[in-house]
Amino acid sequence: MPDQVQLRVDGKAVTVPAGATVAVAVALAAGFCRRSITGEPRGPVCGMGICFECRVMINGEPHCRSCQILAEANMDVRTNG
Amino acid sequence: MAETMRRNFDVLVVGAGPAGLAAATSAARVGAKVGVVDDNPAVGGQIWRGEVSKATSDASNWAAKLHSLGVEVICGAQIVHHDIASRVLFAETRFALLEIRFSKLILATGARERLLPFPGWTLPNVMAAGGLQAMVKSGLPISGKRVVVAGSGPLLLAVAAYLRAHGAKVLAICEQASWNSLASFASGLLSHPGKLRQALILQRQLLGIPFWTNSWPVRALGREALERIIISRNGTQREISCDYLACGFHLVPNVELASLLGCALEGGCVRVDDAQQTSVAGVFCAGEPTGIGGLELALIEGQIAGIAAAGKSERLRELRGRRRKAQQFARRLEKAFKLRPELKTLPDSGTIVCRCEDVTHARLARHSSWRDAKNQTRCGMGPCQGRICGPATQFLFDWDPGSVRPPLFPTRVESLASVSYIAPAEHSQLTGERQ
Ligand SMILES: Cc1cc2nc3c(=O)[nH]c(=O)nc-3n(C[C@H](O)[C@H](O)[C@H](O)COP(=O)(O)OP(=O)(O)OC[C@H]3O[C@@H](n4cnc5c(N)ncnc54)[C@H](O)[C@@H]3O)c2cc1C
Ligand code: FES
Repeated sequence: MPDQVQLRVDGKAVTVPAGATVAVAVALAAGFCRRSITGEPRGPVCGMGICFECRVMINGEPHCRSCQILAEANMDVRTNG
Repeated sequence: MAETMRRNFDVLVVGAGPAGLAAATSAARVGAKVGVVDDNPAVGGQIWRGEVSKATSDASNWAAKLHSLGVEVICGAQIVHHDIASRVLFAETRFALLEIRFSKLILATGARERLLPFPGWTLPNVMAAGGLQAMVKSGLPISGKRVVVAGSGPLLLAVAAYLRAHGAKVLAICEQASWNSLASFASGLLSHPGKLRQALILQRQLLGIPFWTNSWPVRALGREALERIIISRNGTQREISCDYLACGFHLVPNVELASLLGCALEGGCVRVDDAQQTSVAGVFCAGEPTGIGGLELALIEGQIAGIAAAGKSERLRELRGRRRKAQQFARRLEKAFKLRPELKTLPDSGTIVCRCEDVTHARLARHSSWRDAKNQTRCGMGPCQGRICGPATQFLFDWDPGSVRPPLFPTRVESLASVSYIAPAEHSQLTGERQ
């Protein structure tokens, strides 16, 4: 298994260690995951799949909890998804 | 439509933290066909998150044990629904729906942190204490970052030690409890030599980090992310510049699944008998959901549940003795880290309490119950389904959390449509929960 994984966050290439979650890639590339219904920026809070603040779109699938999903090569991640 | 996978076990364990791992291996060792389901991408639960890939770690030892005993482990799957009368649980992965049949069920769903609102707590980089630790375990670089750890409970110390070991500059640990209550807790450790040893190791790892009692965050400041926080310490406020605030107020048991299955609760925890069996026959519970007790108690309860669920009784006497001792420690813990009432005044009228639906404190304060607030403001109706704001409003307003309704987590339309056990009338309500 390669020890680095490259993926895209909002079109920007980002490299994370193998085994890192998508939330880590988003933190490095964008700094936040989504806008709340009143427009506040939000990022991961619980880190364990419960708060849903880390939601992003992964390969076109909306509302994915980025803290529970491992980054994979060539994933297309969109914040605010 | 999502593919449906079917499985059938003598003993099904939900949760692959210490309690679930102990339960699964104990049941498999006495001959049961065992399956384990966990939402996380790997086994280990909270404490051993991300360690399964390391050659010699507790998590990898347990994983090897499960493998050699032929236990089937299904990670990345959340239990979302059930038909307990037919002994079936439904789990969802990113790509499939699982229909899992069982004779006996062990719930080892662990705990989460209690998060309390204060102005600015919704800014990115204000995280739960174990939440930041989990992110670092999942690959977030923390070296050189300035972190303040705050809230309450022994988890703060474990998190601070972990972050420091990974290169973070931990500026302070702010514990809301008073020095007096901690001192009496610490003296109680003398009757638990194992815990005392752990405490002394931690103390060495934390050397030089300011540890402040009577202290808590009153405001987080920043534009698009956290830049500074204001801490109240012994009644005096001070401002600290930092990159992260890791803040959690002890733990709350994850009782939602147990509650959904009809298991009786007592004082917010799942009620169990001497064999860890709940009020629902054939459904057992072990670890944090029966009361916050830490690693040692989780392992003991898991073993008892595993052996009992497999219909055996060897070693139960000895394990029960050890459980009694560990439970005493749990009671001390609860007393020492009791939340002080001043924390109820932290949110101002504009502070968001329900993060999913952006419901402010002022809008909630008009209501008299959780149910009323839910109906009028949508508080607790977003995707976290009240897992964060429920315990917060329970503390702030003394509201009762109320009953749990399926699905347990927001779920995909198509996977529910393929579940024949759900009446069609429920579908619109279920999918309506999804943002
Ligand atoms: C964020 C966090 C960090 C912690 N870090 C430490 C630490 O560093 N040191 C320490 O001593 N203690 C730590 N603790 C305390 C520690 O969790 C307990 O002491 C003990 O490990 C609990 O074991 P457990 O098996 O009961 O639960 P957990 O370890 O919490 O395991 C429960 C498992 O159940 C799974 N689960 C829950 N619901 C579902 C569902 N519906 N479907 C599928 N799976 C589900 C979860 O994904 C989880 O893996 C931490 C607690 C938390 C909440
Ligand atoms: S950070 Fe809470 S669900 Fe991902």
